[in-house]
Amino acid sequence: MVPVNYYIVLSAILFTIGAMGVLVRRNPLVIFMSVELMLNAANLAIVAFSSVYKSFSGQIFVFFVIAVAAAEVAVGLALIVEIFRTKHSINVDEMNSLKG
Amino acid sequence: MHLSETVNTGFLFLAPWLVFSPVMGLLINIIFGGRFSEKGIGWLASAASGASFVVSVLLAVTVAGNHGEVLRWRLAEWISIGSLTIDWTFRVDSLSTTMMLAVSGVGTLIHIYAIGYMHEDVRFKNDIGRFRRFFVFLNLFIAMMMILVSGDSYMMLFVGWEGVGLCSFLLIGFWYDKDTLGRPSWANSNAGNKAFITNRIGDFGFLIAGFLMFWYLGSFQFDAVFEKAQEAAHTMPWVIVAITLFMLVGVAGKSAQVPLYVWLPDAMAGPTPVSALIHAATMVTAGVYLVTRSAEIYMLVPQAQYIVAMVGAGTALFAATIAVGQYDIKKVLAYSTISQLGFMVAAVGMGAFVGGMFHLVTHAFFKALLFLSAGSIILGLERGHHHLAHGHHEERGKKKEERGHKEHHEEVFDPGDMRNMGGLRKTMPVTFWLYMTGTLALMGIFPFAGFWSKDEILLDASLHYPTVYLLLTIAAFFTAFYMGRQIWMVFFGEARHEAAAHAEESKPIITVPLMVLAALSILGGALNLPFEGFHNLTHWLGHTLGEVEGLPLNLQVAGISTGLALLAIIISWLIYGRNTLHAGQPDPLKKPLGFIFTGMENKWFVDEGYWAVIINPFVKGSQFLADVIDWRFWHDFVHDKVIAGTYNWLSNIALNDYADQRGIDAFANALGKWTKDLSAAMRKVQNGFVRSYALSVLLGVVLILGYLLLK
Repeated sequence: MVPVNYYIVLSAILFTIGAMGVLVRRNPLVIFMSVELMLNAANLAIVAFSSVYKSFSGQIFVFFVIAVAAAEVAVGLALIVEIFRTKHSINVDEMNSLKG
Repeated sequence: MHLSETVNTGFLFLAPWLVFSPVMGLLINIIFGGRFSEKGIGWLASAASGASFVVSVLLAVTVAGNHGEVLRWRLAEWISIGSLTIDWTFRVDSLSTTMMLAVSGVGTLIHIYAIGYMHEDVRFKNDIGRFRRFFVFLNLFIAMMMILVSGDSYMMLFVGWEGVGLCSFLLIGFWYDKDTLGRPSWANSNAGNKAFITNRIGDFGFLIAGFLMFWYLGSFQFDAVFEKAQEAAHTMPWVIVAITLFMLVGVAGKSAQVPLYVWLPDAMAGPTPVSALIHAATMVTAGVYLVTRSAEIYMLVPQAQYIVAMVGAGTALFAATIAVGQYDIKKVLAYSTISQLGFMVAAVGMGAFVGGMFHLVTHAFFKALLFLSAGSIILGLERGHHHLAHGHHEERGKKKEERGHKEHHEEVFDPGDMRNMGGLRKTMPVTFWLYMTGTLALMGIFPFAGFWSKDEILLDASLHYPTVYLLLTIAAFFTAFYMGRQIWMVFFGEARHEAAAHAEESKPIITVPLMVLAALSILGGALNLPFEGFHNLTHWLGHTLGEVEGLPLNLQVAGISTGLALLAIIISWLIYGRNTLHAGQPDPLKKPLGFIFTGMENKWFVDEGYWAVIINPFVKGSQFLADVIDWRFWHDFVHDKVIAGTYNWLSNIALNDYADQRGIDAFANALGKWTKDLSAAMRKVQNGFVRSYALSVLLGVVLILGYLLLK
């Protein structure tokens, strides 16, 4: 059996890649994918700990995270489509009309 | 006393209907009266009063059936504070049923009379709203009077006492905006105020008596008070004296005794049925009833009894002398009423409670008769006056019609002034005979009702109180004299005004109730004939007041009073009847009596004295308080100078430009500027770049996690 440390390291690497993607990319679709990466990194960690502690609650929790992520994507994509229709661009740096 | 098994309560359950029936009458008239005709309103009110009379009769039968035992009907709990509980209980005994019968009986007759009278009043002018209001007030009066006489505690009696005072006020000022001739005037309204305010002084006495009663005797219920008073009479007699004397102040107010009688003559401003019902027959006897009801307390303190008797006797004589000098037919009767009330108060003061109640009942009959007949005379003269005005129209033809009309409206004609009357015996024969009946009863001529009741009082006085007897006998002489004077002036001689010559007799709706009252004035003496085997009223009231021996007829006392009355009639004939009085002639008594007659004419200047001693200083004091204390001191000085001045001075010192602008304003401005600057710096953070927000979030997470890991 693979030791849990490997899962955690993989999860940390995936999370860092996701976070960097959110920070540096300007295309919201890519940002979304990065967000998914972060979520799944977290999922991976949860599932790993769940198997270590022989508990199903972590796995159930992951199902919820996946379901929420799917809903979030549905809402986010709808927003992106609508923003593209009005601004003819989806560059996140141009979405600054709420600037103080 | 409890209602034992043996007591047959009979019609006792009807007791609340004494009050309910007139209240229902007035409610129906208030709510639906707008749809009724004049007759409908009047007869409904009369029926409501009549229902009260029927209930009174049934209650009297019930009391008689129980051999005079006191019966009570508890309607509801009224007041309950601490140890004090006052129930709304109707007390049905021989004394209260006597009052109920007199009030509702006379009241009903006067209701019927008023249907005819109010219609003919010159001020009426088919104003059906006023007509309705009049009967609502009359019914309210009956209801209140019933509460007064049927209450089982001093508090309930007080409710009725104030209620009838209110009705009296409302009805004296009934034509509050018009005088007797229908011209705009506040005289009636002022008379109402005078009655109300004078009665307040009396009520103050009653209230103090009530407070003393509660404080020292701990109850308001009649029997409880009497029982405690028996004990208190030994331990603290002054309390009983104080209670009785303060109660006497109340009696003096309500029953128009010296020194508070001044409102009653002015109360004649009310419509004549009101004068008859409230200010002669019923309400003003409430004081006599109160003393009789409190007989057991008064019996404990002979000193107080003596004072009550002297007040009554003094009033009887004093008012009788004033009546001699009056010209207004109703004013003479008003002073006569005060004088007769003096007889009653003297009687109950002497402990002759039965005599007082007997005179109260017979007086209710014959004084109501006299007042209502006087009303009939006034209407007759008004008809004559009216007839005259229209007669002249036709004679003078159309050309002068306007002028003739105008002249008659400018002429001041007072239909109540006896100097305008004379010779009415021929024009108003029915009223004449009715008036004669009432007069003979009032004079105390055998065998009319007044003879028996007055004689009983005089007899009692002659046995125990020689001073009172002397005063009352002189008063009786004056009574016969002023009534004789009135008869000669009104009914005999020549007509001193065209209106009197053309006076017309009244309709049956007015004369028929008078005939009933006349019959009662003749036969009323039968209530308590001073012969062996009679003394009915003495036995009847004895159930409540304690059995006393009825006094037999004393021929000496009766002979003296009758002789004096006859003498007075003869003297009055010599002065007023022998030589025909002419229009504009001064009173024949004026010359021989001189200033004494001026005094009688002007009511011994008592009103003027009250103005000088009490009212004017009071008004001056009020003006002083208003002008000097309130306006000049309080408003001008304290408010404007002291408070406003200090405030201005302080603001000038503390809030000048330096302190205001550089202190307070500078602080407020700096606060505002600081907030503005801070927000300008802070808004730079919100730069609109989503990624920089995300970076902030990341840094925040790293910081927090770092802290958590490394701490």
